[in-house]
Amino acid sequence: MIHLEGIHKTYAGAQPLHVLKGIDLDIAEGELVSIMGASGSGKSTLLNILGILDDYDEGDYYLAGTLIKNLSETRAAEYRNRMIGFIFQSFNLIGFKTAVENVELPLFYQGVGRRRRHEMAMEELEKMGLTDWAWHYPNEMSGGQRQRVAIARALVTRPKIILADEPTGALDSKTGVEVMELLKRLNREEHITMIIVTHDPSVAAQTNRIIRIKDGVIEHS
Amino acid sequence: MIDLDSFHELLQTLLRNKTRSFLTGFGVFWGVFMLVALIGGGSGMKELLNKNFEGFATNSAMIWEQATTKPYHGFRKGRYWSLTTGDLQRLRLQVPQLDVISPINSKWGVQAVCGDQKYSSNVKGLLPEYALVEAPTMYYGRFINEMDIAQQRKVCVIGKKVYKTLFPKGGDPCGELIRLDSVYYTVIGVDYSSGNMNVNGSAEESVSIPLSLMQRAFNMGDNIEMIAITARRGTAISDITPRIREVIARAHDIDPTDEKAVMVFNTEVLFGLLDNLFSGVDLLIWLVGIGTLLAGAIGVSNIMMVTVKERTTEIGIRRAIGATPRVILSQIISESILLTTVAGMSGILFAVLILQMMELGFTEDGIVQSHFQVSFWTAIGAAALLAALGVLAGLAPAGRAMAIKPVDAMRED
Repeated sequence: MIHLEGIHKTYAGAQPLHVLKGIDLDIAEGELVSIMGASGSGKSTLLNILGILDDYDEGDYYLAGTLIKNLSETRAAEYRNRMIGFIFQSFNLIGFKTAVENVELPLFYQGVGRRRRHEMAMEELEKMGLTDWAWHYPNEMSGGQRQRVAIARALVTRPKIILADEPTGALDSKTGVEVMELLKRLNREEHITMIIVTHDPSVAAQTNRIIRIKDGVIEHS
Repeated sequence: MIDLDSFHELLQTLLRNKTRSFLTGFGVFWGVFMLVALIGGGSGMKELLNKNFEGFATNSAMIWEQATTKPYHGFRKGRYWSLTTGDLQRLRLQVPQLDVISPINSKWGVQAVCGDQKYSSNVKGLLPEYALVEAPTMYYGRFINEMDIAQQRKVCVIGKKVYKTLFPKGGDPCGELIRLDSVYYTVIGVDYSSGNMNVNGSAEESVSIPLSLMQRAFNMGDNIEMIAITARRGTAISDITPRIREVIARAHDIDPTDEKAVMVFNTEVLFGLLDNLFSGVDLLIWLVGIGTLLAGAIGVSNIMMVTVKERTTEIGIRRAIGATPRVILSQIISESILLTTVAGMSGILFAVLILQMMELGFTEDGIVQSHFQVSFWTAIGAAALLAALGVLAGLAPAGRAMAIKPVDAMRED
């Protein structure tokens, strides 16, 4: 599903920062993988590259057989929209939209019709057990509920992979466990490839495989 | 991209900050209101002012006599003289550029009497040609004609105020007799013209009778008080003024360079002055109107800039979940257009309302005195201008919004 080959990334500046120093990585379809590493290790950069949010300087990145390289902003947006679902630490829901409107948004950008969009979003919220909360605004919901809305939003486009950046980072331990259970269940039942970036060893321990990054390279333990 | 969904998106974002949207829109609203109201008000005022010169030939002049100021042919200066009927013929023959040559005699404070009603009027002796200099608005009957002159008929045309005073019951007064001093005249017409530019007294307060009749009835001999002239098309009065003066001066032993003695008052100069004034006012209107509108649009641009800055995270999220830069661009520009046009349209509407009220305020007897209302196409033009301004105002903020990368948004938290 994901194939990285010799990825290098340097941030330009007064003092150029060589963040990724040759990453080779393969992730198969249906895998549940975690990426761990200290801050500054380059794991955020790697996540950005995987999520087509950022460009890389050297190497090749294939996502589901498509080479992701030197894309225009428009193409990048299109690929992000169709192939990747994001889950963020701080949920990143749009505050002035209701839960269902937030879930509808990626479909809106795909040009899906109003009625169909609404049906799909409601279906997704139902799976998350949030049907009753569909018309509530994010600030009326608990952290766990918000994260589940965010997960519904990530899933609604049927993406190839889900990228989760510290999905439990802003939640208390109990809801954190619930969210992890949910992600695991999605991986197991719907065979969605999932990549979780985390600091938390207990979260990482629940995944099939742990990828550790240190100083811009993958540590092979 | 403009469909119901996008529109819903726009409304949602604009209504989220109602006060700010309202205040921002108010700048544009006021700008458009000023522009449209000034254009309408300006043209209405112009029409009102022009009303004063209504029916008055613009390429005309008045000639009248004054005491000489230069000695000539052995005469001393300060001599009194008078225009005579002969001067009309002289002008007709020797100044071919003249179109209408119309003498006027007048006498103030003549008591016009009809039954027990009295009015102190201003009697004017005219020829039919005078209608070409100061057009009468005949409400009843007709103006003096050639037959009246030829047959020395004792007839008169009365002005609006004279009519209203002498005939308080209204109705067609033609055929009725009125008395001026000791002579009775038959009313043949009522002149309703009310222009404020008048020769020898307002038309409203005048009783006009044939010139020759007046000369005899009021013991004026062959004398003429004033001659109104108009020039043929393509001739400027100022070009033929010296020639006119020379022709008249020679016949009366007056120095042809004596501008005081033979007074030629050129109305052209007056109208030229007014035209200049109006173009000045027009320029000012556009300057102020466009300036205010521009200030409003800049206000919109400014606020949008702040809004974009504030919404960095939101835009970043949108980008992350698949919004292309074009979508963001069109959203910001559409917001700007929506804000400016909605505010602007209300401005146009409000201005139209005010102008309509002014127009109603200046309506007399159901006759619109002056058109303050702007034309349909002016309004359409203003609307198009607004849309263009909306796009322009949205450009800079949209540029900034496009530069937001999804990664930036996530770093914000």
